[in-house]
Amino acid sequence: MKTESTLEKILAAGHLAVTSECGPPRGALPNKVKEKAELLRGCVDGINVTDNQTAMVRMSSLAACIIIQNMGLNPILQMVSRDRNRLAMQSDIIGAYSHGVDTMLCLSGDHPRFGDHPMAANVHDIDSIQMVDMVRNMRDEGKFQGGEKIDGSPKMFIGAAANPFADPFELRVARLAKKVKAGVDFIQTQCIFNVDKFEKWMEGVRERGLHEKVAIMAGITPMKSVGMARYMKNKVPGMDVPDEVVQRMAGVPKEKQSEEGIKICVETIQRLKEVEGVRGFHIMAIEWEQKVPEIVERAGLLPRPVV
Amino acid sequence: METFEPVIVAFCCHYCAYTAADMAGSMRLHYPPNVKIIRVPCSGKVDAIHIMKALEKGADGVIVAGCLEGDCHFKNGNIRAAHRVDSVRKILGDIGMGGDRVEMFTMSAGMGERFALVATEFTEKICKLGANPVKSGTDMGMHQAAC
Amino acid sequence: MITAERKPMEEIIGSVSPYRRILLVGCNECVTVCAAGGRKEVGLLASALKMHFAKEGNPVEIEEVTLERQCDPEYVEELLPRMDQADAVLSMACGCGAQEVARRYKEKPVFPAVNTRFMGASERQGVWAERCAGCGNCVLGITAGVCPIARCSKQLLNGPCGGSTSGKCEVDPDIDCAWQLIWDRLKALGMQERYEDNIPAKDWRTGRGGGPRRIVREDLAS
Repeated sequence: MKTESTLEKILAAGHLAVTSECGPPRGALPNKVKEKAELLRGCVDGINVTDNQTAMVRMSSLAACIIIQNMGLNPILQMVSRDRNRLAMQSDIIGAYSHGVDTMLCLSGDHPRFGDHPMAANVHDIDSIQMVDMVRNMRDEGKFQGGEKIDGSPKMFIGAAANPFADPFELRVARLAKKVKAGVDFIQTQCIFNVDKFEKWMEGVRERGLHEKVAIMAGITPMKSVGMARYMKNKVPGMDVPDEVVQRMAGVPKEKQSEEGIKICVETIQRLKEVEGVRGFHIMAIEWEQKVPEIVERAGLLPRPVV
Repeated sequence: METFEPVIVAFCCHYCAYTAADMAGSMRLHYPPNVKIIRVPCSGKVDAIHIMKALEKGADGVIVAGCLEGDCHFKNGNIRAAHRVDSVRKILGDIGMGGDRVEMFTMSAGMGERFALVATEFTEKICKLGANPVKSGTDMGMHQAAC
Repeated sequence: MITAERKPMEEIIGSVSPYRRILLVGCNECVTVCAAGGRKEVGLLASALKMHFAKEGNPVEIEEVTLERQCDPEYVEELLPRMDQADAVLSMACGCGAQEVARRYKEKPVFPAVNTRFMGASERQGVWAERCAGCGNCVLGITAGVCPIARCSKQLLNGPCGGSTSGKCEVDPDIDCAWQLIWDRLKALGMQERYEDNIPAKDWRTGRGGGPRRIVREDLAS
C-alpha cells in the first residue's frame, strides 16, 4: 500500500469502488457542505470535493475537505492547475494531508471563459500530467518539485481524469498512458452515456495493459430531464450523449423523466460492471446528491465493504 | 439664409461608373452640378485616405462608384472598395461626423439613368444632412433646409 | 511580427484632447505590416482627428512622421527637430516604440494610439493569429513545430484536454486545438511515438517568470 487512503484499500481488496462528488457552496456556509456530504454517508468510499468547478468561485476544496474529513467521511481533494502555481499547489497538498486528507484528483480545470470570472488570468504553470508527476514525487521521493526534501511527505493516493469521448479519439488511450507514466493511481472518467464508445476506448486501454497499472472508475451521471440530456449533448464540450439516450428521455412523460434518468444510470452501471478493467464507479449527480444512495443501492453496490 | 450648395466628390471607376456618367451626359439627363467626378482606374484604387482627405478639405459628401458586383474589370476591386467605404463610415461615426456622408454605389457602363438618379438622390441626402461640420466648426447644421 | 490594433477613436480623442499641437508617429516595421500604425494609418488617423477637432471648433495641428523603426534610438532621434513644435506625441507603434519615444523625450507626454496585441503570423489578407508567447526556451522541436504555450488555451505541454472537439478548442470554435495540430504533424512526420514522451514542467525563468528580460551580446555591445 502506498497510502492510508480508503479508496486505495477498497481497490486493493478487489472490490468495485464507488465515489461521488460534492460541490462546495458559493459562500461561507459550512452546513451546506455537511448536508451534502451527509447524504453520501455509507454509500460511497470517497467524496470528490470540486475545486472552483466550471470556473466559478466556491468555498475552497481544501476547506470543504477538512469539514468532510472531520465528519468521519473520506474526502478526495480536487485540484486544478488553472488557479494556482506550483508553490500554492504543493503547500495546499501538504496542508490537506496534515488534516488527514489522503486522496486527491489532479486536473487542468475548466477554462475561465466558461465561468463567471472570464476576466481572470489563467495560471497553468504546470498541466495535470505534470501535477500527477509532482505529487507522486512528493509522496514517493519525499521531495518538492524544486528538489528539496519534504519534512513529512504527503502520502496521497493520486487520481486524474480521462475523457474517452474528446477528440482526437486516437490520442485518448495514449494520453491515459502519459498519465500512467507520470504515476497516477486511479482515473475517474468523463460521464459515460455512449457506452459503445467507452467500451471501444477500454479495449484500447486493455491492449496496452493500462488497466493493470491504473484503477479506472467509470463516470456516471443521472439525467433529470430530456432538457438536461439535450443541454449536455449540445452545450458541454467533450460530452457524448447519443441520440438514443435523448430519445429515450423524450419518450416518457415529463414527470417520469427523472425516474427514467435513474434507470438509464443503473443500467449503464450494470453493463459497465461486465467490462474488464472497470474497477469502480464515480457518480456525479449534479445538484442531485440525494439520489446517489438510491442509484448505488439499485446498482447492487451496497453495502459498501469495510476495509 | 444663404443657399447651401453642397460639394460632392464622386470617385468613378473608368470602366463602369465613369462611362455611365458620360452616358447620362449624352442622354441629356439632368443631375445636380454639385457632383464633381474624379475618374479612377478602378473603384478599388480609392483608398480610405482619399475619402478622408476629400472630407477634410471641405467636401460635403463622397460617392464611390464602381462596377456591378461580379463585373469588376479587375475582378474584385469594387468589393475591396465597398469594405473600405464601410471602414471610413465607421471612422466618421466614431469622430461624431456620422457615416452617411460617404456611400458606395455600383452600376454598369450602360446605366446612365442610374448614375443620374444616384447623383440626384445623394445630393438631396447631403442637403438634408447640411454642410460638412468640419468647415463651420461648432455651428454645424446652420445651412440645413436651405436647398 | 508584433501585431497591434488601433485603439477606439473615442479613447484616442480623449487622450489628446488637451493638446493643440500633436506629433503623430508611426513605424515602418511590424505595425505597418499588420496595417495598424504605418504611414497609411498615420494619415488616416491624422485626418480623422483634424476633422473631429475642427468640427468641435477647436482645431488641432497634427504633424505626421513615420519612422523606420520606433524601437531604435537612432531613428527616434530623428524626431528631435519636430519636438519643439509639439505639445504631445501620439504613437502608432507597438508598446516598445511608444516607450522608446517616451524615454528619449522626457518632457513630452506620449500616448499610445494602438493596443499591442501579440506575436503572430499572417493567416491570410487581413487576418493575424498568435504564434509565439516569447517563453524564452523554444519547445517547437518537440511539439512538431506548433507551439502549445502560445496556441493552447490552457498552455498544456501534455495535451489535448477533454475539450478538444473536431480539431477545435472548447474556448472558441474559431481556435484550432493546438494539440490536434501537433498530433496531425507528428503523424505526417511519422513521429507518433514522440507524443508519449511526457514533457516535464517548464522552467518559466526564461519567460516572464524571471522578471523583465534583456539580451546582452558581449560581441556586439559597446
